[in-house]
Amino acid sequence: MTATLAAPTKPGGAKTRINDFSIQVATVNGSGSQTANTVLLRAIFQMGVFVSGKNLFPSNIAGLPTWFTIRASAKGYVARKASNEMLILMNPETAKEDIAKADPGALVIYDEPLQLDKLRNDLSFTPVPFQKLVTASCPEPKLHKLVKNMIYVGVASRLLGIDMEEVKKAIAKQLKGKTKAVELNQNAVMAGYDWAMENLPDQDQVKVVRDNKTQGLIIVDGNEACALGALFAGVTVVGWYPITPASSLVETFIEYAEEYRKDPKTGKSTVAIVQMEDELASAGVVLSAGWAGARSMTSTAGPGVSLMSEFIGLGYYVEAPGVFFNVARTGPSTGLPTRTQQSDVELCAKCSHGDTQHINLYPGNMEECFQFSYDAFDLAERFQTPIFVVTDLDLGMQNWSSKPFAYPTKPYDRGKVLNQQQLAEIKDWGRYKDVDGDGICYRSLPGTPGGKGAYFTRGSGHNDYAQYSEKPEDYVAVVDRLKRKYETAKTHVPKPVFRNLGSDKGVLAFGSSDPAVIEAQDILAAAGLKTDYLRLRALPFTAEVDAFVKAKQVVYVVEQNRDGQLANIFRETYPEFATKFKSVLHYDGYAIDAKCIVDQITAFEQK
Amino acid sequence: MSTATPSAPNTPAAPTNKLGFTKQDYVGSKSTLCAGCGHDAITAQIINAAFESSIEGYRVTKYSGIGCSSKTPAYFMNQGWGFNSVHGRMPSIATGASLANRNLINIGVSGDGDSMSIGMGQFVHAVRRNIPMIYIIEDNGVYGLTKGQFSATADKGAHLKSGAVNDLPPIDPCTLAIELGCGFVARCFSGNPKQLNTILKAAFAYEGTVVLDVISPCVTFNNHDASTRSYKHVKDHDFPLHDLGFVQYSEVEDVEIPAGQTEVVTFPDGSKVAIKAIHEGYDPTDRFGAMKAIHESMAKGEFLTGLLYINPTQPPLPQVLNLVDEPLASLDETLLKPSPAVLDEIMQALM
Repeated sequence: MTATLAAPTKPGGAKTRINDFSIQVATVNGSGSQTANTVLLRAIFQMGVFVSGKNLFPSNIAGLPTWFTIRASAKGYVARKASNEMLILMNPETAKEDIAKADPGALVIYDEPLQLDKLRNDLSFTPVPFQKLVTASCPEPKLHKLVKNMIYVGVASRLLGIDMEEVKKAIAKQLKGKTKAVELNQNAVMAGYDWAMENLPDQDQVKVVRDNKTQGLIIVDGNEACALGALFAGVTVVGWYPITPASSLVETFIEYAEEYRKDPKTGKSTVAIVQMEDELASAGVVLSAGWAGARSMTSTAGPGVSLMSEFIGLGYYVEAPGVFFNVARTGPSTGLPTRTQQSDVELCAKCSHGDTQHINLYPGNMEECFQFSYDAFDLAERFQTPIFVVTDLDLGMQNWSSKPFAYPTKPYDRGKVLNQQQLAEIKDWGRYKDVDGDGICYRSLPGTPGGKGAYFTRGSGHNDYAQYSEKPEDYVAVVDRLKRKYETAKTHVPKPVFRNLGSDKGVLAFGSSDPAVIEAQDILAAAGLKTDYLRLRALPFTAEVDAFVKAKQVVYVVEQNRDGQLANIFRETYPEFATKFKSVLHYDGYAIDAKCIVDQITAFEQK
Repeated sequence: MSTATPSAPNTPAAPTNKLGFTKQDYVGSKSTLCAGCGHDAITAQIINAAFESSIEGYRVTKYSGIGCSSKTPAYFMNQGWGFNSVHGRMPSIATGASLANRNLINIGVSGDGDSMSIGMGQFVHAVRRNIPMIYIIEDNGVYGLTKGQFSATADKGAHLKSGAVNDLPPIDPCTLAIELGCGFVARCFSGNPKQLNTILKAAFAYEGTVVLDVISPCVTFNNHDASTRSYKHVKDHDFPLHDLGFVQYSEVEDVEIPAGQTEVVTFPDGSKVAIKAIHEGYDPTDRFGAMKAIHESMAKGEFLTGLLYINPTQPPLPQVLNLVDEPLASLDETLLKPSPAVLDEIMQALM
């Protein structure tokens, strides 16, 4: 394989970028461009090349500008790359601005009537008569708008050297089973490809060359991965309310549940899914279902968490289990609903009024989205408390390649639940008595027969026996025990993962920042600055996190928000090391890229 | 009510119901509400109706929000589980638990403040979904626990003790519930225990959402002479629609319902409600007729009480969702967790 990767040299000395480039496609949303872009991405993936896609879409159904970037990387870097080697410009509204922002030397494929080639002289322009080609290839005029974008897939495939068989396969995969649509789109792609063969000279700036890096991998988005985790975790009650970018988590779950969550004997459903009237009601359903012994969940984004926060505090204080997915987007307020950010860190860590602390899980890739979603239900029932699984739009809605998910063999942990017989045997049961000293009490479920175990759950002050109490000692005993319970969680949540290059300089990040941090680490190391990287995967902090913070001379906390929210939690948790934490931030709504991390760490180092 | 104490010697044994429980088995903790509060009279009838209907206490779940009314689930049926949640959100708590375990007998107690203002959204949607629960609104027209502000059910022109006048029209939970498709809507007066008792027994036999608005005077903040929710005022303006009889499914064969003026509504479980009209021409199975009669009575400042609307055949939410018969909460891993072959199939599709 390596032999075929040998790069031809371009006149002028610049090497061909083989399997190492970014393409940005500018279209109008609602024009079917998502299908075209996914086909292009999938075709490169099928060529055995690591590839990632970022859909930068508007909060709108049709008619506004949207961009899609596809990055191919032989080295496996899948973070967004700030610079693009190829542009495909289909949107008249943004074309001029896209040209103005283009990186020098970029290849520009554009819709011929836009006449962009006079705007700059440092770009390689390729005008394409899209309308003419679509008219010739598609007999039905009303479908022209939808298949027009497929033409550029054909043109780009020709220029990049993508095997057309892979493109056809990708179309069939994307439009599974819809024979007419498959044929229509394949015709359009071929029209573009054939036209490019006849009319365009070969180029050697960027190329796709067949590799074997993606064999056996899947392409999936984080919302689907989380939905699958919940499916295998046996969720039985789902209360939800639509919100971007979290809706597809539950919607995908619904599709899988239709197929895999029917009782084989009766055909009846083993999960109740209810679209509630709002996020408050969703939270109520989750907590009360958990209280009654179901495995329950909801999926939302920041505005939803804000609305749920009163209930989250109730869940914390009455100790009711439930899994809360927060697929974070750009805040504050409505913010940028279709853009990504990690700006709900502090919100989810301490959601609700009064003293509250929550277990948070931070998956950083697709396998973890699946596994942590599975684990979250165990943690919720073990700790009898709301659990946040925090992802973001970048993880949740973008396409990622991943190893197939390993089957979760660990049996469900249903926690400390007393059945009828156990309740009968216990002399002095109290719902909130800390029998084991780990802060986790034994609960009973409503509907347990035998006349024992009934108790009154209340969000007001209560004692060990769940009785109403305003006594200071009773109040303090309960909230101190809750703190103890949170301490216990430190040995149950996922430990961090490390990528240590051997340094006393630490980099710390979580979630979707991971690919950009890895790439930045390599760039910095190549420039002589080695770092040790800890990827945080949960709150509360485990012993490994303590050790890292203590050992490092400096800790660069990389996160996608303005205020350095995670760094703030670190400063609060480790006040004696507060000055060690330096914030590396990215918060413009686009996914974080390696360059911004490199630039900021370099600037700190030069101080 | 018997005053006999179980410990006293030579007293006759307290009567038991079909399950062998005495009424004492249905009581809760001591009420901390004001002496004479209408809510306590409602609590007493919940206890009586549950005892008389031989309700299995361990299956009972009691939900509430925040307010005086929301304290009352602690005062009845200690055999059951209680969940005192947050203000106005009781319906979603009842929704989740009733889905988790469809064997539960769900009783929600709320007030006019808890349900008709902050909780209006959840009230409306719980009714629309027909979740299996008895939804009792203990309706006194004021916020008692915060010392007597008007609620959204207060009549226009009503006076507070302080003299303040309510400028806004009331929201009526009953016509609203009928509008939303509720299949069991009733209004009672806490001062008419017999009617309340019969309706509660019928409510226990009903499968979907029961909306029961009980006018329950607040003795501390809304029982003065100018109040339209005082004991005296409500007593003077209470117009019972009918004499009601309730026959539980298990007794149907033993009880003869007199023919003639009596209309009989049969529930899916076989229980029967016998309705003998007092108010001429009122048919509680006629949705639009019921709405018209209630609106006309309200315009006259009267309270029509009794079974306002009944439609016993509406499927409750667990049935609409086609849930398995066994409680979801007790399904185990063998049924819930798909096999490795399923995961493999899904992974193949994503390749």
